[in-house]
Amino acid sequence: MGWGGSVVRLAGLLLLADSRLPAGGHGHSGGVEALVDRGLLTSTDDLALFLDARLRTAGLVAASFAAAASLIAAPVSGIGRQGDQYHSRGWARWDAALDARTPSAALREASRAQGAALLRTSGRAWPAYPPLRELAALGRPHQPLVFGAAAAAAGADPEQAAALALHHLAGGAASAAVRLLGLDPLGAAAVQASLAPLADRVAAQASEAAALAVAAADPDLLPSAATPLPEILAELHHTSEVTLFAS
Amino acid sequence: MHLDNVSHDHFAGTLPAGPRRGFRIGIGGPVGGGKTALVAALCAQLRDELSVVVVTNDIYTEEDADFLRRHAVLPDDRIRAVRTGCCPHTAIRDDITANLAAVEELIEAHDPELVLVESGGDNLTATFSYGLIDAQIFVVDVAGGDKVPRKGGPGVIRSDLLVINKVDLAPLVGADLEVMRADAERVRDGRPTLFTSLRERPDVPDVVRWVRERRAVLVG
Repeated sequence: MGWGGSVVRLAGLLLLADSRLPAGGHGHSGGVEALVDRGLLTSTDDLALFLDARLRTAGLVAASFAAAASLIAAPVSGIGRQGDQYHSRGWARWDAALDARTPSAALREASRAQGAALLRTSGRAWPAYPPLRELAALGRPHQPLVFGAAAAAAGADPEQAAALALHHLAGGAASAAVRLLGLDPLGAAAVQASLAPLADRVAAQASEAAALAVAAADPDLLPSAATPLPEILAELHHTSEVTLFAS
Repeated sequence: MHLDNVSHDHFAGTLPAGPRRGFRIGIGGPVGGGKTALVAALCAQLRDELSVVVVTNDIYTEEDADFLRRHAVLPDDRIRAVRTGCCPHTAIRDDITANLAAVEELIEAHDPELVLVESGGDNLTATFSYGLIDAQIFVVDVAGGDKVPRKGGPGVIRSDLLVINKVDLAPLVGADLEVMRADAERVRDGRPTLFTSLRERPDVPDVVRWVRERRAVLVG
Protein backbone atom coordinates (compact mmCIF):
# COMPACT_ATOMS: atom_id res chain seq x y z
CA MET A 1 0.00 0.00 0.00
CA GLY A 2 1.11 3.51 -0.64
CA TRP A 3 -0.12 6.86 -1.84
CA GLY A 4 0.56 6.16 -5.51
CA GLY A 5 -1.84 5.53 -8.35
CA SER A 6 -2.30 1.87 -7.47
CA VAL A 7 -4.05 2.52 -4.17
CA VAL A 8 -7.63 1.24 -4.01
CA ARG A 9 -9.96 4.24 -4.08
CA LEU A 10 -12.90 3.22 -1.96
CA ALA A 11 -14.32 6.20 -0.05
CA GLY A 12 -15.98 7.77 -3.07
CA LEU A 13 -17.51 4.45 -4.10
CA LEU A 14 -18.88 3.93 -0.59
CA LEU A 15 -20.46 7.38 -0.75
CA LEU A 16 -22.23 6.37 -3.96
CA ALA A 17 -23.36 3.07 -2.41
CA ASP A 18 -24.81 4.77 0.66
CA SER A 19 -28.61 4.95 0.61
CA ARG A 20 -28.27 8.24 2.53
CA LEU A 21 -26.78 9.85 -0.58
CA PRO A 22 -29.55 12.10 -1.93
CA ALA A 23 -30.29 10.48 -5.27
CA GLY A 24 -34.04 10.00 -5.33
CA GLY A 25 -34.02 6.28 -4.51
CA HIS A 26 -36.30 6.44 -1.49
CA GLY A 27 -39.28 7.29 -3.68
CA HIS A 28 -38.93 4.13 -5.77
CA SER A 29 -39.61 0.53 -4.74
CA GLY A 30 -37.97 -1.27 -7.66
CA GLY A 31 -41.27 -2.95 -8.53
CA VAL A 32 -41.97 -4.18 -5.00
CA GLU A 33 -45.03 -2.03 -4.30
CA ALA A 34 -46.84 -3.29 -7.40
CA LEU A 35 -46.22 -6.89 -6.25
CA VAL A 36 -47.20 -6.19 -2.64
CA ASP A 37 -50.44 -4.52 -3.73
CA ARG A 38 -51.41 -7.69 -5.59
CA GLY A 39 -50.40 -10.10 -2.85
CA LEU A 40 -47.54 -11.43 -4.98
CA LEU A 41 -44.81 -10.54 -2.50
CA THR A 42 -45.63 -11.11 1.17
CA SER A 43 -42.48 -12.33 2.95
CA THR A 44 -38.71 -12.18 3.09
CA ASP A 45 -38.66 -15.49 1.18
CA ASP A 46 -40.65 -13.85 -1.61
CA LEU A 47 -38.26 -10.92 -1.54
CA ALA A 48 -35.31 -13.29 -1.94
CA LEU A 49 -36.92 -15.03 -4.94
CA PHE A 50 -37.83 -11.72 -6.54
CA LEU A 51 -34.35 -10.30 -6.14
CA ASP A 52 -32.74 -13.51 -7.37
CA ALA A 53 -34.66 -13.12 -10.62
CA ARG A 54 -34.15 -9.39 -10.91
CA LEU A 55 -30.39 -9.48 -10.32
CA ARG A 56 -29.97 -11.99 -13.17
CA THR A 57 -32.13 -9.99 -15.62
CA ALA A 58 -32.79 -6.29 -15.11
CA GLY A 59 -29.82 -6.24 -12.74
CA LEU A 60 -27.48 -7.68 -15.36
CA VAL A 61 -28.64 -5.09 -17.90
CA ALA A 62 -28.27 -2.16 -15.50
CA ALA A 63 -24.92 -3.42 -14.26
CA SER A 64 -23.61 -3.87 -17.80
CA PHE A 65 -24.55 -0.33 -18.75
CA ALA A 66 -23.03 1.00 -15.51
CA ALA A 67 -19.79 -0.87 -16.22
CA ALA A 68 -19.75 0.36 -19.82
CA ALA A 69 -20.39 3.93 -18.70
CA SER A 70 -17.54 3.73 -16.19
CA LEU A 71 -15.20 2.62 -18.99
CA ILE A 72 -16.40 5.39 -21.28
CA ALA A 73 -16.03 7.94 -18.47
CA ALA A 74 -12.66 6.73 -17.23
CA PRO A 75 -9.62 9.01 -17.58
CA VAL A 76 -7.19 7.98 -20.28
CA SER A 77 -4.36 7.66 -17.78
CA GLY A 78 -6.53 5.54 -15.51
CA ILE A 79 -5.85 7.81 -12.56
CA GLY A 80 -7.92 10.97 -12.94
CA ARG A 81 -5.60 13.88 -12.30
CA GLN A 82 -6.34 17.48 -13.03
CA GLY A 83 -5.88 18.21 -16.70
CA ASP A 84 -6.35 14.55 -17.60
CA GLN A 85 -7.83 13.48 -20.92
CA TYR A 86 -11.13 11.62 -21.36
CA HIS A 87 -12.49 9.60 -24.26
CA SER A 88 -16.01 10.17 -22.99
CA ARG A 89 -18.37 10.77 -25.91
CA GLY A 90 -21.31 9.28 -27.73
CA TRP A 91 -23.48 8.98 -24.63
CA ALA A 92 -26.71 9.28 -26.62
CA ARG A 93 -26.23 5.90 -28.33
CA TRP A 94 -25.75 4.11 -25.01
CA ASP A 95 -28.72 5.93 -23.55
CA ALA A 96 -30.88 4.92 -26.52
CA ALA A 97 -29.75 1.30 -26.18
CA LEU A 98 -31.02 1.29 -22.61
CA ASP A 99 -34.33 2.75 -23.79
CA ALA A 100 -34.62 -0.17 -26.20
CA ARG A 101 -34.10 -2.63 -23.34
CA THR A 102 -36.80 -1.02 -21.16
CA PRO A 103 -40.16 -1.62 -22.88
CA SER A 104 -42.19 -0.08 -20.01
CA ALA A 105 -42.51 3.68 -20.40
CA ALA A 106 -43.08 3.96 -16.64
CA LEU A 107 -39.77 2.23 -15.94
CA ARG A 108 -37.94 4.37 -18.50
CA GLU A 109 -39.27 7.42 -16.66
CA ALA A 110 -38.28 5.97 -13.27
CA SER A 111 -34.77 5.32 -14.56
CA ARG A 112 -34.44 8.81 -16.03
CA ALA A 113 -35.84 10.50 -12.91
CA GLN A 114 -33.33 8.69 -10.71
CA GLY A 115 -30.54 9.22 -13.23
CA ALA A 116 -31.20 12.96 -13.20
CA ALA A 117 -31.26 12.97 -9.39
CA LEU A 118 -27.96 11.10 -9.10
CA LEU A 119 -26.41 13.30 -11.77
CA ARG A 120 -27.48 16.40 -9.84
CA THR A 121 -25.81 15.09 -6.69
CA SER A 122 -22.68 13.60 -8.28
CA GLY A 123 -22.25 16.75 -10.38
CA ARG A 124 -22.00 18.70 -7.14
CA ALA A 125 -19.75 16.06 -5.58
CA TRP A 126 -17.30 15.95 -8.51
CA PRO A 127 -17.90 19.30 -10.26
CA ALA A 128 -14.71 19.18 -12.30
CA TYR A 129 -15.23 15.72 -13.80
CA PRO A 130 -15.81 16.27 -17.55
CA PRO A 131 -17.74 13.04 -18.33
CA LEU A 132 -20.43 13.97 -15.79
CA ARG A 133 -20.88 17.31 -17.53
CA GLU A 134 -21.07 15.61 -20.94
CA LEU A 135 -23.66 13.20 -19.60
CA ALA A 136 -25.66 16.16 -18.28
CA ALA A 137 -25.93 17.41 -21.84
CA LEU A 138 -28.33 14.51 -22.47
CA GLY A 139 -30.78 16.16 -20.07
CA ARG A 140 -32.09 13.25 -18.05
CA PRO A 141 -29.85 10.24 -18.74
CA HIS A 142 -30.71 6.73 -17.60
CA GLN A 143 -29.65 5.85 -14.08
CA PRO A 144 -27.14 3.07 -14.94
CA LEU A 145 -25.13 5.47 -17.13
CA VAL A 146 -24.92 7.93 -14.26
CA PHE A 147 -23.93 5.15 -11.86
CA GLY A 148 -21.05 4.34 -14.19
CA ALA A 149 -19.89 7.89 -14.79
CA ALA A 150 -20.14 8.78 -11.09
CA ALA A 151 -18.28 5.58 -10.18
CA ALA A 152 -15.51 6.58 -12.59
CA ALA A 153 -15.39 10.03 -11.00
CA ALA A 154 -15.06 8.30 -7.63
CA GLY A 155 -12.17 6.26 -8.97
CA ALA A 156 -14.02 2.94 -9.07
CA ASP A 157 -13.39 0.26 -11.68
CA PRO A 158 -16.07 -1.15 -14.05
CA GLU A 159 -16.82 -4.19 -11.93
CA GLN A 160 -17.36 -1.92 -8.92
CA ALA A 161 -19.63 0.29 -11.02
CA ALA A 162 -21.65 -2.82 -11.94
CA ALA A 163 -21.78 -3.85 -8.27
CA LEU A 164 -23.03 -0.38 -7.40
CA ALA A 165 -25.99 -0.68 -9.78
CA LEU A 166 -26.85 -4.13 -8.39
CA HIS A 167 -26.50 -2.92 -4.80
CA HIS A 168 -29.08 -0.19 -5.35
CA LEU A 169 -31.44 -2.50 -7.21
CA ALA A 170 -31.45 -4.93 -4.27
CA GLY A 171 -31.27 -2.32 -1.51
CA GLY A 172 -34.09 -0.20 -2.88
CA ALA A 173 -36.41 -3.20 -3.21
CA ALA A 174 -35.50 -4.56 0.23
CA SER A 175 -36.03 -1.19 1.91
CA ALA A 176 -39.39 -0.73 0.19
CA ALA A 177 -40.52 -4.22 1.27
CA VAL A 178 -39.69 -3.37 4.88
CA ARG A 179 -41.64 -0.13 4.70
CA LEU A 180 -44.66 -1.59 2.88
CA LEU A 181 -45.04 -4.93 4.67
CA GLY A 182 -43.39 -4.32 8.01
CA LEU A 183 -40.93 -7.10 7.20
CA ASP A 184 -38.17 -7.73 9.69
CA PRO A 185 -35.40 -5.37 8.52
CA LEU A 186 -32.76 -7.78 9.85
CA GLY A 187 -34.33 -10.49 7.71
CA ALA A 188 -34.23 -8.20 4.68
CA ALA A 189 -30.54 -7.50 5.32
CA ALA A 190 -29.94 -11.25 5.54
CA VAL A 191 -31.64 -11.70 2.17
CA GLN A 192 -29.30 -9.16 0.61
CA ALA A 193 -26.29 -10.86 2.19
CA SER A 194 -27.41 -14.26 0.91
CA LEU A 195 -27.64 -12.82 -2.60
CA ALA A 196 -24.23 -11.11 -2.44
CA PRO A 197 -22.35 -14.00 -4.15
CA LEU A 198 -24.88 -13.91 -7.00
CA ALA A 199 -24.56 -10.13 -7.24
CA ASP A 200 -20.78 -10.47 -7.42
CA ARG A 201 -21.02 -13.03 -10.23
CA VAL A 202 -23.46 -10.84 -12.14
CA ALA A 203 -21.13 -7.84 -11.67
CA ALA A 204 -18.23 -9.83 -13.13
CA GLN A 205 -20.39 -10.94 -16.07
CA ALA A 206 -21.55 -7.36 -16.63
CA SER A 207 -17.99 -6.08 -16.52
CA GLU A 208 -16.88 -8.59 -19.17
CA ALA A 209 -19.81 -7.72 -21.43
CA ALA A 210 -19.07 -4.03 -21.00
CA ALA A 211 -15.41 -4.45 -21.94
CA LEU A 212 -16.38 -6.12 -25.22
CA ALA A 213 -19.11 -3.63 -26.06
CA VAL A 214 -16.98 -0.56 -25.30
CA ALA A 215 -14.01 -1.99 -27.24
CA ALA A 216 -16.33 -2.43 -30.24
CA ALA A 217 -18.06 0.91 -29.52
CA ASP A 218 -21.31 -1.01 -29.90
CA PRO A 219 -23.96 -0.77 -27.17
CA ASP A 220 -26.02 -3.45 -28.92
CA LEU A 221 -23.52 -6.03 -27.66
CA LEU A 222 -24.64 -5.47 -24.05
CA PRO A 223 -27.06 -7.96 -22.44
CA SER A 224 -30.80 -7.51 -22.88
CA ALA A 225 -32.32 -9.88 -20.31
CA ALA A 226 -35.73 -8.96 -18.89
CA THR A 227 -38.30 -10.00 -16.29
CA PRO A 228 -41.62 -9.36 -18.06
CA LEU A 229 -44.01 -9.37 -15.08
CA PRO A 230 -42.42 -6.39 -13.29
CA GLU A 231 -42.41 -4.49 -16.60
CA ILE A 232 -46.16 -5.09 -17.00
CA LEU A 233 -46.92 -4.34 -13.36
CA ALA A 234 -44.90 -1.13 -13.60
CA GLU A 235 -47.37 0.12 -16.19
CA LEU A 236 -50.34 -0.80 -13.98
CA HIS A 237 -48.64 0.76 -10.96
CA HIS A 238 -48.08 3.99 -12.85
CA THR A 239 -51.82 4.41 -13.37
CA SER A 240 -52.87 3.20 -9.89
CA GLU A 241 -54.64 5.75 -7.77
CA VAL A 242 -53.13 4.82 -4.41
CA THR A 243 -49.37 4.36 -4.44
CA LEU A 244 -46.63 5.34 -2.05
CA PHE A 245 -43.73 4.89 -4.46
CA ALA A 246 -43.23 6.43 -7.88
CA SER A 247 -42.28 3.00 -9.25
CA MET B 1 -46.44 40.17 13.20
CA HIS B 2 -43.03 41.76 13.57
CA LEU B 3 -40.06 40.70 11.49
CA ASP B 4 -37.33 42.34 13.50
CA ASN B 5 -35.31 39.14 13.63
CA VAL B 6 -34.79 38.98 9.89
CA SER B 7 -31.57 40.95 10.01
CA HIS B 8 -30.05 37.95 11.82
CA ASP B 9 -31.30 35.59 9.17
CA HIS B 10 -28.36 34.24 7.21
CA PHE B 11 -30.57 33.80 4.15
CA ALA B 12 -31.74 37.39 4.01
CA GLY B 13 -30.45 39.22 0.97
CA THR B 14 -28.54 36.24 -0.40
CA LEU B 15 -31.00 35.51 -3.19
CA PRO B 16 -30.67 37.09 -6.61
CA ALA B 17 -32.60 40.35 -6.79
CA GLY B 18 -35.43 40.87 -9.24
CA PRO B 19 -39.17 40.56 -9.29
CA ARG B 20 -39.36 37.06 -10.82
CA ARG B 21 -37.00 34.85 -8.87
CA GLY B 22 -39.32 32.18 -7.46
CA PHE B 23 -39.36 32.76 -3.70
CA ARG B 24 -39.73 29.24 -2.28
CA ILE B 25 -41.75 28.58 0.87
CA GLY B 26 -41.98 25.14 2.46
CA ILE B 27 -45.17 24.37 4.37
CA GLY B 28 -44.85 21.46 6.79
CA GLY B 29 -46.41 20.03 9.93
CA PRO B 30 -48.33 17.05 11.30
CA VAL B 31 -51.26 15.39 9.56
CA GLY B 32 -54.53 17.30 9.68
CA GLY B 33 -53.19 20.63 10.89
CA GLY B 34 -54.32 22.55 7.82
CA LYS B 35 -51.31 22.58 5.47
CA THR B 36 -53.34 22.04 2.31
CA ALA B 37 -56.00 24.53 3.41
CA LEU B 38 -53.25 27.09 4.05
CA VAL B 39 -51.70 26.45 0.63
CA ALA B 40 -55.12 26.87 -0.98
CA ALA B 41 -55.68 30.09 0.97
CA LEU B 42 -52.29 31.54 -0.01
CA CYS B 43 -52.93 30.68 -3.66
CA ALA B 44 -56.35 32.31 -3.58
CA GLN B 45 -55.03 35.46 -1.90
CA LEU B 46 -51.80 35.90 -3.84
CA ARG B 47 -52.44 34.52 -7.35
CA ASP B 48 -53.63 37.88 -8.67
CA GLU B 49 -50.49 39.74 -7.59
CA LEU B 50 -47.86 36.98 -7.99
CA SER B 51 -47.23 34.11 -10.37
CA VAL B 52 -47.72 31.10 -8.03
CA VAL B 53 -46.93 27.38 -8.42
CA VAL B 54 -47.34 24.50 -5.95
CA VAL B 55 -45.53 21.20 -5.33
CA THR B 56 -47.33 18.71 -3.07
CA ASN B 57 -45.75 15.73 -1.31
CA ASP B 58 -48.63 13.42 -0.59
CA ILE B 59 -48.13 10.34 1.52
CA TYR B 60 -50.64 8.49 -0.61
CA THR B 61 -51.88 9.32 -4.10
CA GLU B 62 -52.29 12.84 -5.38
CA GLU B 63 -54.95 13.67 -2.80
CA ASP B 64 -53.61 17.11 -1.88
CA ALA B 65 -52.83 18.04 -5.47
CA ASP B 66 -56.35 16.90 -6.43
CA PHE B 67 -57.84 19.01 -3.62
CA LEU B 68 -56.06 22.07 -4.97
CA ARG B 69 -57.12 21.29 -8.54
CA ARG B 70 -60.72 20.60 -7.50
CA HIS B 71 -60.95 23.91 -5.70
CA ALA B 72 -59.41 25.54 -8.74
CA VAL B 73 -57.06 27.69 -6.71
CA LEU B 74 -54.57 27.44 -9.58
CA PRO B 75 -54.59 26.07 -13.12
CA ASP B 76 -53.77 22.33 -13.14
CA ASP B 77 -50.42 22.81 -14.86
CA ARG B 78 -49.17 24.93 -11.95
CA ILE B 79 -49.49 22.03 -9.48
CA ARG B 80 -47.11 19.05 -9.26
CA ALA B 81 -47.29 16.03 -6.94
CA VAL B 82 -44.17 14.21 -5.73
CA ARG B 83 -44.40 10.67 -4.37
CA THR B 84 -42.35 10.09 -1.25
CA GLY B 85 -42.19 6.31 -0.69
CA CYS B 86 -43.48 6.24 2.91
CA CYS B 87 -40.94 8.88 3.93
CA PRO B 88 -42.33 12.42 3.60
CA HIS B 89 -39.58 13.85 5.79
CA THR B 90 -36.88 12.28 3.59
CA ALA B 91 -38.29 13.97 0.50
CA ILE B 92 -38.15 17.46 2.04
CA ARG B 93 -34.95 17.14 4.06
CA ASP B 94 -32.50 14.27 3.44
CA ASP B 95 -33.07 13.64 -0.26
CA ILE B 96 -34.63 16.69 -1.86
CA THR B 97 -33.78 15.69 -5.44
CA ALA B 98 -37.33 14.75 -6.52
CA ASN B 99 -38.72 17.98 -5.11
CA LEU B 100 -35.94 20.03 -6.70
CA ALA B 101 -36.77 18.44 -10.05
CA ALA B 102 -40.46 19.27 -9.63
CA VAL B 103 -39.70 22.87 -8.61
CA GLU B 104 -37.33 23.34 -11.54
CA GLU B 105 -39.87 21.94 -14.02
CA LEU B 106 -42.46 24.43 -12.75
CA ILE B 107 -39.91 27.26 -12.92
CA GLU B 108 -39.04 26.25 -16.47
CA ALA B 109 -42.70 26.23 -17.48
CA HIS B 110 -44.03 29.24 -15.54
CA ASP B 111 -41.16 31.41 -14.30
CA PRO B 112 -43.06 31.86 -11.00
CA GLU B 113 -42.57 34.52 -8.35
CA LEU B 114 -43.80 32.28 -5.51
CA VAL B 115 -43.21 28.54 -5.16
CA LEU B 116 -45.12 26.75 -2.39
CA VAL B 117 -43.80 23.29 -1.46
CA GLU B 118 -46.25 21.40 0.76
CA SER B 119 -44.84 18.56 2.82
CA GLY B 120 -46.72 15.34 3.40
CA GLY B 121 -48.15 15.20 6.90
CA ASP B 122 -45.45 13.94 9.23
CA ASN B 123 -44.40 14.57 12.81
CA LEU B 124 -42.95 17.39 14.88
CA THR B 125 -39.38 16.61 13.81
CA ALA B 126 -39.98 16.97 10.05
CA THR B 127 -38.49 20.16 8.65
CA PHE B 128 -37.40 21.32 5.23
CA SER B 129 -33.81 21.50 4.05
CA TYR B 130 -32.82 25.04 3.06
CA GLY B 131 -31.38 23.46 -0.09
CA LEU B 132 -34.99 23.17 -1.24
CA ILE B 133 -36.73 26.26 0.13
CA ASP B 134 -35.95 29.84 1.22
CA ALA B 135 -38.29 29.94 4.21
CA GLN B 136 -40.61 27.51 5.96
CA ILE B 137 -43.95 27.66 7.69
CA PHE B 138 -44.75 24.97 10.25
CA VAL B 139 -48.48 24.38 10.77
CA VAL B 140 -49.90 22.77 13.91
CA ASP B 141 -53.40 22.95 15.31
CA VAL B 142 -54.86 23.47 18.77
CA ALA B 143 -56.67 20.12 18.63
CA GLY B 144 -53.28 18.39 18.80
CA GLY B 145 -53.07 19.66 22.40
CA ASP B 146 -51.78 22.90 23.90
CA LYS B 147 -48.55 21.16 24.97
CA VAL B 148 -47.24 21.04 21.38
CA PRO B 149 -45.30 24.35 21.50
CA ARG B 150 -43.79 23.42 24.88
CA LYS B 151 -42.63 20.05 23.55
CA GLY B 152 -40.83 21.89 20.79
CA GLY B 153 -39.05 19.92 18.09
CA PRO B 154 -37.30 21.38 15.05
CA GLY B 155 -40.52 22.41 13.28
CA VAL B 156 -41.94 24.33 16.22
CA ILE B 157 -38.62 25.81 17.29
CA ARG B 158 -36.79 26.68 14.07
CA SER B 159 -39.45 27.27 11.41
CA ASP B 160 -39.43 30.80 10.04
CA LEU B 161 -43.14 31.09 10.85
CA LEU B 162 -45.16 28.92 13.24
CA VAL B 163 -48.86 28.84 12.43
CA ILE B 164 -51.19 27.53 15.15
CA ASN B 165 -54.43 26.78 13.34
CA LYS B 166 -58.02 25.95 14.33
CA VAL B 167 -58.15 28.43 17.21
CA ASP B 168 -61.94 28.24 16.86
CA LEU B 169 -61.71 24.72 18.33
CA ALA B 170 -59.74 25.79 21.41
CA PRO B 171 -62.74 25.94 23.81
CA LEU B 172 -64.02 22.58 22.53
CA VAL B 173 -60.75 20.71 23.08
CA GLY B 174 -59.74 22.52 26.26
CA ALA B 175 -56.67 24.13 24.71
CA ASP B 176 -55.31 27.25 26.41
CA LEU B 177 -54.14 29.63 23.67
CA GLU B 178 -52.26 31.81 26.14
CA VAL B 179 -50.20 28.81 27.24
CA MET B 180 -49.45 28.03 23.58
CA ARG B 181 -48.52 31.64 22.87
CA ALA B 182 -46.18 31.86 25.87
CA ASP B 183 -44.55 28.49 25.18
CA ALA B 184 -44.04 29.30 21.49
CA GLU B 185 -42.49 32.65 22.37
CA ARG B 186 -40.16 30.98 24.86
CA VAL B 187 -38.83 28.30 22.49
CA ARG B 188 -38.75 30.30 19.23
CA ASP B 189 -36.14 32.90 20.05
CA GLY B 190 -38.00 35.81 18.50
CA ARG B 191 -39.25 34.04 15.37
CA PRO B 192 -42.92 34.85 14.71
CA THR B 193 -45.97 32.76 15.63
CA LEU B 194 -49.44 33.39 14.19
CA PHE B 195 -52.80 32.06 15.39
CA THR B 196 -55.29 31.29 12.64
CA SER B 197 -58.67 29.79 11.98
CA LEU B 198 -58.72 28.87 8.33
CA ARG B 199 -62.38 27.94 8.76
CA GLU B 200 -63.41 31.34 10.09
CA ARG B 201 -60.88 33.47 8.22
CA PRO B 202 -60.04 31.60 5.00
CA ASP B 203 -58.20 34.70 3.72
CA VAL B 204 -55.56 34.34 6.52
CA PRO B 205 -54.53 38.02 6.34
CA ASP B 206 -51.66 37.73 8.86
CA VAL B 207 -49.99 34.86 7.01
CA VAL B 208 -50.45 36.57 3.65
CA ARG B 209 -48.82 39.69 5.08
CA TRP B 210 -45.91 37.60 6.43
CA VAL B 211 -45.37 36.05 2.98
CA ARG B 212 -45.37 39.47 1.29
CA GLU B 213 -42.96 40.96 3.83
CA ARG B 214 -40.69 37.95 3.82
CA ARG B 215 -40.52 37.92 0.06
CA ALA B 216 -39.73 41.64 0.00
CA VAL B 217 -36.83 41.07 2.41
CA LEU B 218 -35.37 38.19 0.42
CA VAL B 219 -35.91 39.55 -3.06
CA GLY B 220 -34.82 43.06 -2.12
